[in-house]
Amino acid sequence: MSAALALLVRDVKLAWREGGAIGVALGFYLVVVAITPFGLGPDLNLLARVAPGMLWVALLLAALLSADRIFHNDYEDGTLDVLTTGPLPLPVLAAVKSLAHWITTGVPLALLAPVLGLLLNLPLDAMPLLVLAMLAGTPAVSFIAAIGASLTLGLRRSGLLLALLVLPLYVPVLIFGVSTASAAMVGPGSPWPPFLMLCALSLASIVLAPLAAAAALRTALR
Amino acid sequence: MISLANPTRFLSLVDTVVPWLSALVVILLGTGLYVSFFVAPPDYQQGETVRIMFIHVPAAWLAMFGYTVIALAALGTLIWRHPLADVAAKTAAPIGATFAFIALVTGSLWGKPMWGTYWVWDARLTSMLVLFLLYLGLIALWQAIEEPGRAGRAAAILALVGAVNIPIIKFSVDWWNTLHQPASVFRAGGPTIDPALLTPLFVMAAGSTALFVLLHLIAMRAEILRRRVRALQQTQVARAALAEA
Repeated sequence: MSAALALLVRDVKLAWREGGAIGVALGFYLVVVAITPFGLGPDLNLLARVAPGMLWVALLLAALLSADRIFHNDYEDGTLDVLTTGPLPLPVLAAVKSLAHWITTGVPLALLAPVLGLLLNLPLDAMPLLVLAMLAGTPAVSFIAAIGASLTLGLRRSGLLLALLVLPLYVPVLIFGVSTASAAMVGPGSPWPPFLMLCALSLASIVLAPLAAAAALRTALR
Repeated sequence: MISLANPTRFLSLVDTVVPWLSALVVILLGTGLYVSFFVAPPDYQQGETVRIMFIHVPAAWLAMFGYTVIALAALGTLIWRHPLADVAAKTAAPIGATFAFIALVTGSLWGKPMWGTYWVWDARLTSMLVLFLLYLGLIALWQAIEEPGRAGRAAAILALVGAVNIPIIKFSVDWWNTLHQPASVFRAGGPTIDPALLTPLFVMAAGSTALFVLLHLIAMRAEILRRRVRALQQTQVARAALAEA
């Protein structure tokens, strides 16, 4: 347990001090959302309608941008080899590193979303639910991204390949995440059923994804 | 299964099966296509466009069948390390992707006269599109990793992750679709299919499945031979390097 905690603290500290790791993801998020009105036109009603979807899609892309960081740096400098010989089982290792990615990427992106929502004329009363849905859904994003990151470890053009592998798996998260915010804005129905589905997706990913990521790490490190 | 672990035995089996299977494919697809296009009556509602279904439905079914083959082969790779499982999975992916593509194209061609547009975000078409994307990811992963052993295991893991996700994706897409647009008229209540249309559909489905198996066996044979050539080249290079030294 203490080993897992130590690894978590280390990863969060590294991401924090690396300079720009978190900032780049947030900046990317801002840029994608900021250029949307240039593509769609400045009609505020239209922007409000597409706002939850745009915010979610941009969040997925921003999270993917930093996903290869989950294992890549530790793989390059050999830390990963040392870690695999340590006391932590490989699935726990994968889970801790995914959790660190969620803390350093998922949470900041979710908290930035309401500010960007203002740019897209997102109604104020929909914002709490949007943030709540993003906080509930981003664990699934980080843990599934870890599968892609471990599969593409050490490959050339791994960033693009990672997106191709992982984005189709995000379809359910995207659907339920956007539905939660849309239901809060316009209905029909209560936002809670999709929100609970989102929680279920995250819980299932937290349990299952580290197993797949660990298996992929084993093939990459052999 | 175990006796087939010997690639040489598998190759000789393929050599005996392929001529018979080819004949079966020609007969089934020949009669199937003839019946579909010349014998089956046009639908009273959809007219002649119903004939697209005879291609579309078997292609959609084989796209899903192909992914099932890959997922089972992935288990074979990861659990039993069956030497042919990796070959089977790798060669099934492009064939399955092609059938998924055919299903998408025929679906949108059918959609133009029926829905008035080439693409509708209908639940089934959307699920098929996601399946096609999963196929592309698998193929890309195989091509990105140079060492065959690692490529096989990595693709097997991805295939299993996809297999777990496909039902979830299918469910969420259905849910999303009912939320955004009313069920399409043609699917509501599931109009029953007349036997005059059902028989050619079954013949076409059987013929296409046989075609899938035939293509898959031939592709597996090619892949085994390709790996042998690669191994021979490597030993030659190693020998040359030894002779130099």
